[in-house]
Amino acid sequence: MASFDLIIVGGGPAGYVCAIRAAQLGLSTAVVEKDKLGGVCVNIGCIPTKALLHSASSINLIAHQAKDLGIEVGAVKTDYGVAMKRSRRVSEQNSKGVEFLMKKNKVTVIKGTGTLLPGKKVKVGADVHEAKKAVVIATGSRVKGIPQIGLEINKTTVISSDEALFLEAAPKSMIVVGAGAVGSEFADIFNAFGTKVTLVEALPRILPIEDAECSDTLAKSFKKRGIEVLAGAKVLKATVGKDSVTLEIEAGGEKKSVTADKVLMAAGRAVNTEEMGFKEAGVQLTDRGFVKVNLATLETTAPGVYCIGDVAGPPMLAHKGSREGAVVAERIAGHKPHAIRYDNIPSVTYCHPEVASIGLTEEQCKEKKLDYQVGRFPFSANGRARASNETEGFVKIIREKKYGEILGAHIVGGHASEMIHELAVARENEYTVEEVDLAVHAHPTLSEAIAEAALDSMGRVIHT
Amino acid sequence: MASKVLMEALSPTMEEGRLVEWKKKEGDPVRIGDVIAEVETDKAVMELVARAEGVLLKQLVPAGATVAVAKLVGIVGQPGEDISALTGGAPAQASASKPVPAVAPAPLPSSPAAPLTTAPPPTAPGGRTKASPLAKKVARERGLDLGAIAGSGPEGRIVLRDLDKATPATAAASAAPVAGSFNDVPLTQIRKTIAKRLALSIGPIPTFYLTTEVDMDRTWEAREALNSAGQRGSEAGTKISFNDIVMKATAAALKAHPACNAWWQDDRIRYWNDVHLSVAVAVEDGLITPVVRNADRKSLREISAEVKELAGRAKERRLKPEEYTGGTFSVSNLGMFDIDQFTAIINPPEAGILAVGSIVEQAVVKQGAVVPGRRLRLTMSCDHRVIDGATGAAFLRTLKGMLENPLAIVY
Repeated sequence: MASFDLIIVGGGPAGYVCAIRAAQLGLSTAVVEKDKLGGVCVNIGCIPTKALLHSASSINLIAHQAKDLGIEVGAVKTDYGVAMKRSRRVSEQNSKGVEFLMKKNKVTVIKGTGTLLPGKKVKVGADVHEAKKAVVIATGSRVKGIPQIGLEINKTTVISSDEALFLEAAPKSMIVVGAGAVGSEFADIFNAFGTKVTLVEALPRILPIEDAECSDTLAKSFKKRGIEVLAGAKVLKATVGKDSVTLEIEAGGEKKSVTADKVLMAAGRAVNTEEMGFKEAGVQLTDRGFVKVNLATLETTAPGVYCIGDVAGPPMLAHKGSREGAVVAERIAGHKPHAIRYDNIPSVTYCHPEVASIGLTEEQCKEKKLDYQVGRFPFSANGRARASNETEGFVKIIREKKYGEILGAHIVGGHASEMIHELAVARENEYTVEEVDLAVHAHPTLSEAIAEAALDSMGRVIHT
Repeated sequence: MASKVLMEALSPTMEEGRLVEWKKKEGDPVRIGDVIAEVETDKAVMELVARAEGVLLKQLVPAGATVAVAKLVGIVGQPGEDISALTGGAPAQASASKPVPAVAPAPLPSSPAAPLTTAPPPTAPGGRTKASPLAKKVARERGLDLGAIAGSGPEGRIVLRDLDKATPATAAASAAPVAGSFNDVPLTQIRKTIAKRLALSIGPIPTFYLTTEVDMDRTWEAREALNSAGQRGSEAGTKISFNDIVMKATAAALKAHPACNAWWQDDRIRYWNDVHLSVAVAVEDGLITPVVRNADRKSLREISAEVKELAGRAKERRLKPEEYTGGTFSVSNLGMFDIDQFTAIINPPEAGILAVGSIVEQAVVKQGAVVPGRRLRLTMSCDHRVIDGATGAAFLRTLKGMLENPLAIVY
């Protein structure tokens, strides 16, 4: 029986960051991982999809803009298999990188499936490891199908992102069920590789948790590229064949039948809580199936057992999990870390144009009956965006009228994922729109659109 | 670790305090709750108690100095500790003369009963307060002094949520004396319109005045009888004054006219079920209104003794905040200054105040004959948003009746 100060079950972005921070603070730390270090994010999530999205945007750039940019290319031929293999290499590198970080920080990696035992013990195979200070659950989440409507993942015609990331070739046609970040990103990817994509969303608009203006802008862009978007759609019936799937869909009061080679299930995820000894160890779950945690301390109902990442509850985002990991490590080491502001976690969808946001949507502001003023600036009015042919989208800042607080910020555009952090820093530090404008923004940059949107929220926009 | 001793807001309206006397010398051991110094506020002399344990390492201001709320007056820590970081660059802004009063209402970081549990205000060397831009804007708007607020952000930086915590603290402290029995009645439209139009016409409190002349002959006799009876008893010297009788009668009359025993609360009128009578007491440099609580349920002797005791301590400025807040109606008496009649200024949120003149011996007509009589003029100032002319008049008529026939007070 080996003994550590801290044992972390799960080596994804929540668990491994927790391990590194704990090791930095002098705790002897072990990470239990049944698969590859880096978890879903590094291996079958964030990272490989970004590699494929880079391929997709390059395809779109070359196919649609090359001539105008002064590049002569012949007929553009795409190969999903090649792009997929590159994405695997990127994932591999990242996972190796995490392994290296574990070694560098002297974190013990225990390969196998960890089971929680009462009294801060973790069983891996035949071995029982004891944690002197704490156990951290970071077991993450996985894809799930919707068996209720006959769409159980069969890994051939009804697939999840797990399979989509390993396809050797892009299918001729695909129905993507669920138009959140994952669904929208895959719709973008396969569309670029020549797949006829139908994007189906049950809620009234794609990217349903984003600001409605962002959803609308992305939907327009998708439609322009030939992606069929069915929002507010209900799958009535699924007929799963050997080589194709037919879905009866009702959308906008109309019934239609769509047949495709593959259906990609991108709706919802299930958390990994089964058969891990949670119940016996006194770790309770919420009604929704997440591990019950005290959000102030991230402690579970079992003393000395903490929980972070997807399994601890939404938002199920790698960066949320990583931050929880660092904070928990500090707390276990006896520090008093600052509480996480769960209302200030950026949300990003990396399709093209990218959609990034922080804080409240305009709909939420309305619901809360806040007194607000929206400031907008379209990239079509931004010099840098014009120069680089990226005029789609806008920056939208919602300003609280009395004090200028940034209630929310929403960006649709080529580099929204990078730009949102200016506003994340502003909100985290309680800068108001005035401070955002006061900082001189370099010209010409896309970021000028942020300063302009801030100005616009005060009725002082310069360039529109 | 050494910690700062700050001037605390010891009354709801305190903006600065005069450090009257150090109760601990430099080097004296200090335990939490120990009185470190006596501080004279705008209302009273209060105790500044220790929030940390150790030794009083430094007195940073001399006795007699006036110090703004939340400014540093001393340091408590371990003997030999280096306190230069705490004192460096940020000496207390003490001045012997009266500084210009701040425009903003005074903040209240803690009530005297609840010791500070949060960190001291994050004043960086050089006196700069660390606060987020949003917190600064909101504090400016709400009139909060950032120097008096403990920050919970990185390095003690004040962020928005800290202000939210500060606001109820102030509200709770000023609301503390409010505990009691009352009925809040939301304003009807007609009340709202009356309130708006009357306020437009005359200042923030649309006041009107009602004067009545009271025949005091029988009260005079009653008082003589009571006082001579009292002197035969053991409590020699505890004479009942006319003011005591007026207060007793006022309390009884208010009980009969709850419409005049009320607070204006902007969106409602608070009708008090108990009568807490404020009584104006002249003190050096001003006046203060200690409150006789539940005056309607106290005997004349009790009221008399309480007013004497409160007035005595008011003159020494030793009243606690809860002893001069929370009144439901005021009585102001200038009879002893030979003022026949005057109008008093309403003490908000109370809706009425009774101005009591002197009892004047004069020729009066009784049953067709001119005879000598004793007359008292009472003038009631009424907040017209709460009390209408007829309402105030009815109250005064009851009060007048009681004073003209003192038995009615106990009826």
